[in-house]
Amino acid sequence: MLSSETISAITQAFSVLFMGRNFVRLLGGLWVTVWIALVSVLFSIVLGIIFGMIMTLKNPVIKAICKVYLEIMRIMPQLVLLFLAYYGLTRMFGISLSGEAASILVFTLWGTAEMGDLVRGALQSIPSHQYESGRAIGLTEKQIFVFIIMPQALKGLIPLSMNLITRMIKTTSLVVFVGVIEVVKIGQQIIEGNRLTVPSSSIAVYFVIFFMYFFVCWILSLLARFIEKKQK
Amino acid sequence: MALLEIKNISKDFDGNSIIQNMSFSVEKGEVIVILGPSGCGKSTLLRCINGLETIQQGEILLDGEVISNRKKDMHLIRQKIGMVFQSYDLFPHYNVLKNILLGPVKAQKRDKAEVTLEAEQWLSKVGLSDKEYAYPRQLSGGQKQRVAIVRALCMHPEIMLFDEVTAALDPEMVREVLDVMMNLAKEGKTMLIVTHQMSFARAVADKVLFLDKGEIVEQGTPSEFFDHPSTERGQKFLDNFQFESRH
Repeated sequence: MLSSETISAITQAFSVLFMGRNFVRLLGGLWVTVWIALVSVLFSIVLGIIFGMIMTLKNPVIKAICKVYLEIMRIMPQLVLLFLAYYGLTRMFGISLSGEAASILVFTLWGTAEMGDLVRGALQSIPSHQYESGRAIGLTEKQIFVFIIMPQALKGLIPLSMNLITRMIKTTSLVVFVGVIEVVKIGQQIIEGNRLTVPSSSIAVYFVIFFMYFFVCWILSLLARFIEKKQK
Repeated sequence: MALLEIKNISKDFDGNSIIQNMSFSVEKGEVIVILGPSGCGKSTLLRCINGLETIQQGEILLDGEVISNRKKDMHLIRQKIGMVFQSYDLFPHYNVLKNILLGPVKAQKRDKAEVTLEAEQWLSKVGLSDKEYAYPRQLSGGQKQRVAIVRALCMHPEIMLFDEVTAALDPEMVREVLDVMMNLAKEGKTMLIVTHQMSFARAVADKVLFLDKGEIVEQGTPSEFFDHPSTERGQKFLDNFQFESRH
């Protein structure tokens, strides 16, 4: 059983959330997180589809370049990429990006690589006789791609890309290292601000942040399920 | 002039000769059945005619026009050649009607309403009038092949190629597909059929070509080939389909 002291500590902790503008500030932080993720995801989807199509080309040079790019994006921790974009670009080329711009740049580069690989896999999973029956009814290669290959590839892609988008949303918590004030950072500020009066506030703040992340990703998975159902 | 002329064509894959210096012609309204052991080049021959494979030598003419090894406008040539494959190759994300309409409407730019009407007529002819809005996964193999045949027919092809269309079907579904093909033959469609259904071949063919190792070993009327094959290879092939009773 929880002692009455613990219970009062928890109640006190949660009361911090509603002091002043704390909750609104957290929501504001969540919006920064979602906004960075959303913009990066939109760019990644568009560029990823193009990158995925390029990856299916037979030219060995193009293939090698794509492979190197994909591997670099996968091997490098996102944090290192963020530092490169934020500090590295300034040092090397004098290009000074804001924290948010650097974050969107990095997440787009990473998302494009991962999305591209998903698109490549989806495109290559379409059996060759689908191309051939398209040819047999006199469609041009472009028409085959638009009407036969792409619709089927995209269908298989939705659950996989939802997984990627969720990962991207969670990874945005790193942007705090390049000076972007997002939801986790604001949570920390609230905890610090109340450290003396309510030492236990961290439990409530992180609890709410947990639910915020959960809620955003949950909406996404609902959306994915809805799209998948509609396709059937 | 023959509708389709195959002139001295040769085809090889990585140095393996698949078709060697083959020639024959198909008249309008003629039904030719191509027989032969597996690996004899029958399927490759059909794929070369439809431009799915290039050839190394010779040429293929349709209506006197060279159609082999065309690059840019091959899709226009293919609109004149209907082809049905062994694998059920409908587009799984479209219903039956959309599968049929795709070629005529998108490739040939024909009027959608007009093609729909034609598609419905064909579907009822092949006994599938209630399947217009069904998706391929809801159909049996035999039904899918009948849809694939209708899909090819709605392009108004000058010649139809059938590549072992019943080979992947359950035995009880073979008949419904062959019946459709038989009716097309009776209506005077020009057809080139690769099959292993010997009694069907005999009944439907005007002419039989027997292929082995990429060459035409024998050609003639069905009764000439089936009753009195003139070559040992032909006889040997036919023996595969005969069993001696053990009683």
